[in-house]
Amino acid sequence: MNAPVPGALTSSLLYLDGVSVSFDGFKAIRGLSLTIAPGEMRAIIGPNGAGKTTMMDIITGKTRPDEGTVMFGGSVDLTRLDEAAIANLGIGRKFQKPTVFDFHTIEDNILLALKSQRTVLKTLFWQTASAQQKRIDDILGIVKLADKRERLAGSLSHGQKQWLEIGMLLAQDPKLLLVDEPAAGMTDGETAQTAVLLKEIARDHSVIVVEHDMGFIRELGVKVTVLHEGSVLAEGPLDQVSANERVVEVYLGR
Amino acid sequence: MISRFLLSNMDRRGYVFLALVAAIGLLVPLANLLVPAGSPFHVSTATMSLWGKYLCYALLALSLDLVWGYCGILSLGHGAFFALGGYAMGMYLMRQIGSRGVYGNPVLPDFMVFLNWQELPWYWWGFSSFPFAMLMVLAVPGLLAFVFGWFAFRSRVTGVYLSIITQALTYALLLAFFRNDMGFGGNNGLTDFKDILGFSVQAQTTRAALFAMTCVMLASGFLIARGIVSSKLGKVVIAIRDAESRTRFLGYRVDRFKLFVFTVSACMAGVAGALYVPQVGIINPGEFAPANSIETVIWVAVGGRGTLVGAALGAVVVNWAKTMFTSGFMAPYWLFALGVLFVFVTLFMPKGILGTAQGWWEKRRKPAALPAAEPAPAE
Ligand SMILES: Nc1ncnc2c1ncn2[C@@H]1O[C@H](COP(=O)(O)OP(=O)(O)OP(=O)(O)O)[C@@H](O)[C@H]1O
Ligand SMILES: [Mg+2]
Repeated sequence: MNAPVPGALTSSLLYLDGVSVSFDGFKAIRGLSLTIAPGEMRAIIGPNGAGKTTMMDIITGKTRPDEGTVMFGGSVDLTRLDEAAIANLGIGRKFQKPTVFDFHTIEDNILLALKSQRTVLKTLFWQTASAQQKRIDDILGIVKLADKRERLAGSLSHGQKQWLEIGMLLAQDPKLLLVDEPAAGMTDGETAQTAVLLKEIARDHSVIVVEHDMGFIRELGVKVTVLHEGSVLAEGPLDQVSANERVVEVYLGR
Repeated sequence: MISRFLLSNMDRRGYVFLALVAAIGLLVPLANLLVPAGSPFHVSTATMSLWGKYLCYALLALSLDLVWGYCGILSLGHGAFFALGGYAMGMYLMRQIGSRGVYGNPVLPDFMVFLNWQELPWYWWGFSSFPFAMLMVLAVPGLLAFVFGWFAFRSRVTGVYLSIITQALTYALLLAFFRNDMGFGGNNGLTDFKDILGFSVQAQTTRAALFAMTCVMLASGFLIARGIVSSKLGKVVIAIRDAESRTRFLGYRVDRFKLFVFTVSACMAGVAGALYVPQVGIINPGEFAPANSIETVIWVAVGGRGTLVGAALGAVVVNWAKTMFTSGFMAPYWLFALGVLFVFVTLFMPKGILGTAQGWWEKRRKPAALPAAEPAPAE
């Protein structure tokens, strides 16, 4: 089931094949293969410790795989690049534990993420153009933080930080968004709003979402990949996957 | 573009600081030169030079605050950049002595004649020229910081490890400069200066000019540091301080940003050292002592880390207290007092004098305001 389809490399935006990584002898990812098509939104589920976050670490250059192929856009080998280079290729990430810049205002958090040249000189002499300011204002509106723009990000609640991070992702305008547990710590109402927001984003971006909340996954209505012990256990529509005996076993067996 | 870079986002505190430095830079030399010695408004040359020394320390503290307060790089070796700037100035001053030295050698400084050296080592070439020496005041500390930072930041050395290697750096330079065969005067260092740009370094007018120049450089250093920290680059640097790896995932090359502020900061420290040497009349390897760098960290912590103005203030206040302390019967206890002060500030005033005063002021003005977020823990 995990064998890549011929031609999958060139037609895919993200291509993982036979990826393994171990920490002190413990294999967190074993022979993981996964392809994401341009414009696709994919949901990833799996029990705690399945390796979902580690997979994102590998894609974004935080963790180097011991073996396997990780290609972006059909030709770029991500295992050779560092975090900044990968981010500049157009891969953005929201962390499982929301990570924003606590001592910057909400607006400055968005400004720092805003797509722009990241060189020392360009940032030293940076002037926010009116189009860029408008983009920042738009994003603040989308993530419903416009009225708090002057507040320090550290003063936000957990759920608001999640939204700020999604706003930062929007500002980065990456080709591929990796979104790790966006609904954690949110009320049901906020979770539903987050699903709407992500679907909106997925209209013109490729997205990988990791989430434990099945209601949320159902809301997204996209293809689901089930990870277990570092490799793909099942793949398909949510209904089909949740009827899969082994998936049921993995989830109930805990 | 430059003036907009320097002055945009200048806050009231910044203007007050600049006005204060300008006033001191103008009034103190006037009070020294024009007010007759008997008047209560007269400032003696010794007092002026002493305060000139404090202001050099203020510039050094400012440079440290730029890297520590804003970028989270706790350098325990900033004294090395200060001392290197000082040596560059000292070498110029030595060459100005000419044949007026004890041995009367027109080219070689006395200590080289004493060592039986026949000619000037290559690294002394050019130092008879003031512009060249001033270039070296910036270039030598800047280059050292650049090379050191290039390796340290690229290999992602951070936190305590980085602090330790900066300390090792200044210690290594201390040992090197103590050696006579290095050609920097060994443990005596460089001294007995005669003139600077043709004016006697002892002359009252020269002293006054040096004092005024120190104020100009402190104000310039403040403007540059302030311009940097309020630019978008400054926001990136603060982001690196608070969440380094998150900054990388946004696509910023953290090592380059650190390298930039570290190098700028080292140049600033070099300028401070260069102004210090003609005012105290000597530079010796003692300036590389690790304790000096640690004291600088204390000034910044006491004044208020991450505020620039506070760092400068801390340097002046602590050094003034040191002079008071060490000139009386309490002299042997100064280091204890400094230690107690540091512990007290760390425990009870984590934002330093300036941060605490500001918090107190804001609370009085709008008591209902939301409490600001806690400061980042010191490294
Ligand atoms: N840097 C690391 N060092 C050691 N072990 C690690 C490291 N990172 C992850 N692991 C281990 O790898 C396994 C997979 O972790 P990972 O965080 O990827 O799981 P996950 O699927 O994201 O789980 P969760 O749903 O709890 O977020 C876990 O057993 C974890 O302890
Ligand atoms: Mg996880």
